[in-house]
Amino acid sequence: MTYFPEEVVEHIFDFVGSHRDRNTVSTVCKAWYQVERLSRRTVFVGNCYAIGPERVMARFPGINSLSVKGKPHFADFNLVPYDWGGFALPWIVAAARLCPGLEELRLKRMVVTDDGLELLARSFPNFKSLVLISCEGFSTDGLAAIATYCRGLRELDLQENEVEDHGCQWLSFFPDSCTSLVSLNFGCLKGEVNGGALERLVARCPNLRSLKLSPAVSVESLNKILARASHLVDLGTGSFAVDHRTDVYHTLMNSFPKFKSLRNLSGFWDASPCCLRAVYPVCTSLTVLNLSYAPAIQGDDLIKIICLCFKLQKLWVLDSIGDKGLAVVASTCKELQELRVFPCDIYGAGTTSVTEEGLLAVSSGCPKLNSLLYFCYQMTNAALITVAKNCPHFTRFRLCILDPGKPDPVTNQPLDEGFGAIVRSCKNIRRLSLSGRLTDQVFLYIGMYAERLEMLSIAFAGDSDKGMIYVLNGCKNLRKLEIRDCPFGDIALLKNVAKYETMRSLWMSSCDVTLGGCKALAAKMPRLNVEIINENEETYEFEENLSDRHKLEKIYVYRTVAGPRNDAPDFVWTL
Amino acid sequence: MSTTETGNSSTTESAVSGLDYEETQLTLAPPGGSRSELERKRGFSEGLGLSLETKDFLSGSSDEPPISGAGEPSAAKAQVVGWPPVRSFRRNVLKSCTYVKVAVDGTPYLRKVDLEAYAGYQQLLTALEEMFTCFTARNYPNERRLVDPVNGTEYVPTYEDKDGDWMLIGDVPWKMFVASCKRLRLMKSSEAVDLAPRTPTGCITAR
Repeated sequence: MTYFPEEVVEHIFDFVGSHRDRNTVSTVCKAWYQVERLSRRTVFVGNCYAIGPERVMARFPGINSLSVKGKPHFADFNLVPYDWGGFALPWIVAAARLCPGLEELRLKRMVVTDDGLELLARSFPNFKSLVLISCEGFSTDGLAAIATYCRGLRELDLQENEVEDHGCQWLSFFPDSCTSLVSLNFGCLKGEVNGGALERLVARCPNLRSLKLSPAVSVESLNKILARASHLVDLGTGSFAVDHRTDVYHTLMNSFPKFKSLRNLSGFWDASPCCLRAVYPVCTSLTVLNLSYAPAIQGDDLIKIICLCFKLQKLWVLDSIGDKGLAVVASTCKELQELRVFPCDIYGAGTTSVTEEGLLAVSSGCPKLNSLLYFCYQMTNAALITVAKNCPHFTRFRLCILDPGKPDPVTNQPLDEGFGAIVRSCKNIRRLSLSGRLTDQVFLYIGMYAERLEMLSIAFAGDSDKGMIYVLNGCKNLRKLEIRDCPFGDIALLKNVAKYETMRSLWMSSCDVTLGGCKALAAKMPRLNVEIINENEETYEFEENLSDRHKLEKIYVYRTVAGPRNDAPDFVWTL
Repeated sequence: MSTTETGNSSTTESAVSGLDYEETQLTLAPPGGSRSELERKRGFSEGLGLSLETKDFLSGSSDEPPISGAGEPSAAKAQVVGWPPVRSFRRNVLKSCTYVKVAVDGTPYLRKVDLEAYAGYQQLLTALEEMFTCFTARNYPNERRLVDPVNGTEYVPTYEDKDGDWMLIGDVPWKMFVASCKRLRLMKSSEAVDLAPRTPTGCITAR
């Protein structure tokens, strides 16, 4: 290979797509490192504090696509304080200076400001795609800047962001000359939407294939949009409830049959059962259906729609579907790969919901099932063992039994054997979330069998440090470990410190690790940032005086080549 | 549903909850666990910082029986931060899913309303009025009724509470109503005679 000219090596590397593979080829020799870095077009940074933006862009000057993630995953559940960090601006500033050819930016769990969005919009003449997931810190003014300055924008995808509403005019900022949109998703916006501007925008973008509306978009507006966008592949409806005696309703009923290419349906904010009938004509070609934001749709109506969706590959629903509805999924959706069942009633006792029966049915009826997120009130070992046998192809398995620490209700045993069966049978499992009553035994199984496991989420589980140690000593591909409310302490934390440099991050909250333990970890491993998140105002004033035996509420440990970060707020101490 | 045989009454009660008294007693250990408190460094309840004396944090009514639909002691299912692991975005969209079915005597279809969407009884009744169009509200001194002007039929708004009893709307404070209402029924006045109006209290006036 050393005798090949660089262009040939570069051409060969064109076929090396995945980040991991490219990372690997770059370590072979200096020549390959050089060729690889200059020809790299896409970079993914899993932890924005693992490396500084300038260093990334100096190494890869030719990138046109950048993806960065900020806050730890548990930030989704309010466990990370609001101003912990994860700022996007340094990345935008660096890219504006060093990678002006940037075309795509994807940010997840980061703080993005309007200033940042405006800088972004003005700095990259070829900018095509902006995807923001679970971000916050910006308003519709920032969106207006994107609309104004990003000529040739193809994709604006806003998923579950906290966006401050400064008015509905941002859509009008797309100039009349903007005809390039392929994908527009603003489902997370809470404020009013300028219906006219939206309709005109859709009408002038002939390549629009994906459109996801916010709840403020009325059915009337939807009707007008649907009349102009018959090539849509992916639609997220806006509000989907209207009186069945109106003309608007009748128009809606007749809007869908003409969609030959529609494959994905979502939105359905506040959908009513009679409006849901409008989509029956397209159900037979749907591959993705998300009804998880429609609490008014009960089991029977869900069944009516699902029994038409025999090509469905991905289904997201609320647990109002019930075991009965899941049995219908099992008998109808033979192509199903991903199922997510969310809880409708988060705090209540839950009379209609799903149990192990529903999961059993789907596991036996849907042979291609490989990704599961399932919220339920109970689970049995027997069911999990059967599920493991039926579905050895799981890559993602997340089970959330709503009552923390709940055992198998039939045998009163912990769920160790059930989850053990899952990891033993599903050799390709990459992501696992555990719940229910669990002892150290389940972690022994995970350490032993889950060789491909990359992300593990644990809550209210385990008996002793041994549990965590089993995982750290096994699971050779572990990248992210997040733990809350488990009896794991310093012994577990310090048992295998080298492991943390092979992982992206470790999160532990409400466990038994102490300040002394963390200090020891930081001392042994200088290339880790050991962050202590201390929200208790009483103690952080006296940080000097805190005893080493003081138990820490939240710690976040991650490998980094950038050293301690300089943007940490007062309540975050990097040891 | 009274039983005279003492043997049966206790089984009836435990048949309802699926548990007997000992099992529903609040302890620090998770239900069904045979381990002692000492084994676990931090039990679930400790993690919550719960005090066992305050049973009323859940619903505001301290006589809430420890029976839940799942047949489990419900006190431990309180608001733990970040549990269940549902994203804030989704939580905010679904709120507490207080949709209840609304039936009207004499009509074949049901509707659903989100009780959380209304600030009080007046707004709810106005919404019901709109939903079933032709009705107009008529305020009686101690109750509210809805009238179908086409045939003059009067309807009394009633609801089924968590105990399965049918009650007149308006007796209890609004928030208590929202927490305990399972479904609504607009009952024809002629059939509502058995639901004697409660002694009027201050809380049935419009808020």
